[in-house]
Amino acid sequence: MDNSFDVIIIGAGVTGCAVARELSRFDCSVLVIEKDEDVCCGTSKANSGIVHAGYDAKPGTLKAKMNIRGNELMPGLCQELDIPFKQIGSLVVCTDEANREGIDDLYARGITNEVPGMKILSAGEVKAIEPNISDDVVCALFAPTAGVICPFRLNIALAECAAQNGVEFKFDTKVTGIRSSGGVWEVDTGDAVYIARAVINAAGCHADDIHNLVSDKKLHITPRRGDYMLLDRSLDGFVKHVIFPQPTKMGKGILVTPTVHGNTIVGPTAVDIESKDEAPVTAEGLVKVQEGAVKNVKGLQLKQVITGFSGLRAHEDGGEFILEEADGCPGFFDCVGIESPGLTACPAIGEYMASLVSEKLALKQKDTWNGICKDVVKPVELPSEEREKLIKEYPEYGRIICRCETITEGEIIDAIRRPLGAKSLDGVKRRTRAGMGRCQGGFCSPRVMDILSRELGVALDSITKSGGNSKIVTGRTKDEG
Amino acid sequence: MKADIVIVGGGPAGLAAAIAAAKEDSNLNILILERDRELGGILNQCIHNGFGLHTFNEELTGPEYAARFEEQLDGLGIRYMLDTMVLDVASSVVTAVNSKEGVFTVDCGAVVLCMGCRERPRGALNIPGLRPAGVFTAGTAQRLVNIEGFMPGKEVVILGSGDIGLIMARRMTLEGAKVKAVCELMPYSGGLKRNIVQCLDDFDIPLLLSHTVIDIKGKERVTSVVIAEVDEKSKPVPGTEQEIACDTLLLSCGLIPENELSRSAGVKINPATNGPVVNESFETSIPGVFACGNVLHVHDLVDYVSEESGRAGRSAARFVKANKAEEGPVINIKNGNGVRYTVPSFVRLNELEDDLVIRFRSGNVYKDSYINVLFDGETKLHRRKQIITPGEMEQVILKKEELSGAPSEILIEITEN
Amino acid sequence: MEKRELTCINCPMGCRITVTMEGDDIIVIEGNTCKRGFVYATNEVRSPVRTVTTTIKVTGGTVDRVSCKTKEPVPKGRIFEVMEAINKASCKAPIAIGDVLIEDCAGTGIPVIATKVVSPA
Repeated sequence: MDNSFDVIIIGAGVTGCAVARELSRFDCSVLVIEKDEDVCCGTSKANSGIVHAGYDAKPGTLKAKMNIRGNELMPGLCQELDIPFKQIGSLVVCTDEANREGIDDLYARGITNEVPGMKILSAGEVKAIEPNISDDVVCALFAPTAGVICPFRLNIALAECAAQNGVEFKFDTKVTGIRSSGGVWEVDTGDAVYIARAVINAAGCHADDIHNLVSDKKLHITPRRGDYMLLDRSLDGFVKHVIFPQPTKMGKGILVTPTVHGNTIVGPTAVDIESKDEAPVTAEGLVKVQEGAVKNVKGLQLKQVITGFSGLRAHEDGGEFILEEADGCPGFFDCVGIESPGLTACPAIGEYMASLVSEKLALKQKDTWNGICKDVVKPVELPSEEREKLIKEYPEYGRIICRCETITEGEIIDAIRRPLGAKSLDGVKRRTRAGMGRCQGGFCSPRVMDILSRELGVALDSITKSGGNSKIVTGRTKDEG
Repeated sequence: MKADIVIVGGGPAGLAAAIAAAKEDSNLNILILERDRELGGILNQCIHNGFGLHTFNEELTGPEYAARFEEQLDGLGIRYMLDTMVLDVASSVVTAVNSKEGVFTVDCGAVVLCMGCRERPRGALNIPGLRPAGVFTAGTAQRLVNIEGFMPGKEVVILGSGDIGLIMARRMTLEGAKVKAVCELMPYSGGLKRNIVQCLDDFDIPLLLSHTVIDIKGKERVTSVVIAEVDEKSKPVPGTEQEIACDTLLLSCGLIPENELSRSAGVKINPATNGPVVNESFETSIPGVFACGNVLHVHDLVDYVSEESGRAGRSAARFVKANKAEEGPVINIKNGNGVRYTVPSFVRLNELEDDLVIRFRSGNVYKDSYINVLFDGETKLHRRKQIITPGEMEQVILKKEELSGAPSEILIEITEN
Repeated sequence: MEKRELTCINCPMGCRITVTMEGDDIIVIEGNTCKRGFVYATNEVRSPVRTVTTTIKVTGGTVDRVSCKTKEPVPKGRIFEVMEAINKASCKAPIAIGDVLIEDCAGTGIPVIATKVVSPA
């Protein structure tokens, strides 16, 4: 393999992959380097899955601009990339008369940021559209352009689309050094050195470390942990909007929202921690999540929890997105401090960064570019004749493997065989939802392991949960030695 | 497709229901729909012995017990479809999917729900910590070891002392793993005494009562768990933390009847069992839809599942033949002191077979106490029990004649004297 | 004199039974609350036995492990020898329930039999 590229992107989260897709419109070679085994392994996999309307961010900031632009781009992008997205609207709920002003301020900020369609609703109006809202509700800010999205599909689809337009990906590869040398950048990954005319740093919580390898103007990221609880789909419809408390300086607070797949998600907490790689769920965190949830929603059955998880947000000391060519480092571009509303902003960040880089490298648009990318075919969502036809042609679409989410063997095979396909249980889960239901893979994981082993042509005991040393089983029974 | 009776699930409950229905009326067209690749359900992975003492008067392993039922199917003309998932249930039509037929419907006279139960996963237990590989429910580990032939790990901590957890402690030990401890949140074990002795004591595996797991460590694979003692409110006691190096955590923390199909069909669910509310015939709130086995309530012995499912199967057969008895008195069964639930919930006297078996579970451990059965407030039965625990199902059997007075209510309670 | 502590397995009471022994002779059995406990304790100190249930390798079948058990209980102290013998053995499909897979397992005189059917591949 030729180790020279026009652009190297470090990090295959939503930011890196959004930039990769936008750059794939141009006539240039792009390599994405990812330290984990798959795309969507860091902040992108563990967040609220919310597309924010854009009233939170301070007017004039990049956070505000990218949020608004990202929100604007999202519906079209989701169509092109077959990403589950529902624009259900959000409510910021005030439950204390003394804080009513905060809602007005937020509204004013939203107006400055040019958020469309916002309204301040009276207690009665809120109750009418959200029957299980707290009885303490005083008023709420309603923003119709907020929505919920499948963060996994967003990230995976951006990557798949980039790959189908020629972007290369290298997984399980950690950048250990970056040097400027004769007008190009040398990116060292321990066992290889890659050359690029431009480098884009989209390394999430590690973006400060990557930046600090090349720049004297040091950046500092604090990983901010957030605990979540995911509730069973049997509660579908209990809440209808993304429900936020009023924001504080640590973030937007503990929200309650339906997910795009009909679960209910509650969280996150916000705790600054040391580790950039390990985000343990804590007992205190789960208590806080539960307390936060019941403040705004009454009668929420938190006993219907099917899993708890925790994610890390990359909070840069300045509290702002850093999207620029690093000082004194021509051709080295930062996407640093991409915390909330990063998921919403990613299409805009992609667009913006691609424009910076293409200008720098004087790149030309390709004549042909394919921005369309279909998701794994889901028989359960097809009209019955089409489903019938599919099963007749491919019987594996009639064999249910994950009974909780009704996922077939056909979908799992597709998830493994498609470009940048799944290599692990988590990879299959994020692409198909197999194992994401109420039994959390108890029944289907042995069968998914079987399919992975067959499709990848590897021994079943080498199958991992999420790459590296996360092997599911330690060997065969009756094994000598 | 058409069938007189569709049985949803070919595990112990489904097999017993199908066979009993066929024996009740050999002309019935009975179809079992099974989602797995073979019949027998969970029995296939329960390779330990202890099954069948009540049913066959001998001690069998799970696969042997299942085979005793499976070998009767052909002779009775019972059809079954494997790898077939039921998607929807209504009283006269069942929708299912498999790779041969695609999505298909079966018009039927009656349905017996036999979907069994699932294990409570880690996520539902709110166990803090990281989410590495190496955390399994005990049943998943059991399938990996006994059916697939793979070892889930080498150094094991087990949370929950239900029978599956205990059985897996022994199984992992026999296969060369080191089981370091079994932690139980409650001050008593929910498992059978015999399993505590033969699965733990025999191998010097410590059972730590009133203990739980408060942290899971390891980024990729489990490297250790932290356990702690808990107080009366099940809250961890500070200062009692203990870190145990291990690569595997098995969870045996409760079973949940799988009633998603029942719920979407509109079957009324009993919140105490998470299973359907049924009458003496194991008929749910939807006429012609019956339920039995672990989908109805979680059993401790498969023999009871078979017995109960036999009744459900016979009832379904009678329903199809429209052999309805004349309407008669209805007796409600109420939970008294110490009783969490009863199955059935009510009895239609004219539909009753020879006797009425009322199965129930206690909410606590009772020593030297009494089970009382009261008919409209009048004590009919006062039976001393040396011990009653939540882990073991209790039953009272009443002859049909005893009920001839047709009380309007039967109360089951546990008292100290 | 030696005291042996046992937990009775006959019912959920789980009585703690103390058996006082003089060599092979039982001097006194205490702690049981019924006759079954007495019988259990007697057997358990004289000759404790257990049925071993496990799996064994199969070749030429649709699966490569099949469940099996010792046809009779084996002495409790020999469980691991029995396991070792079973782990080393292998059998050929087809297999029927009850087929003898090992004639005399680890010199106990007790055979190991299949508890599940395996069809040929």
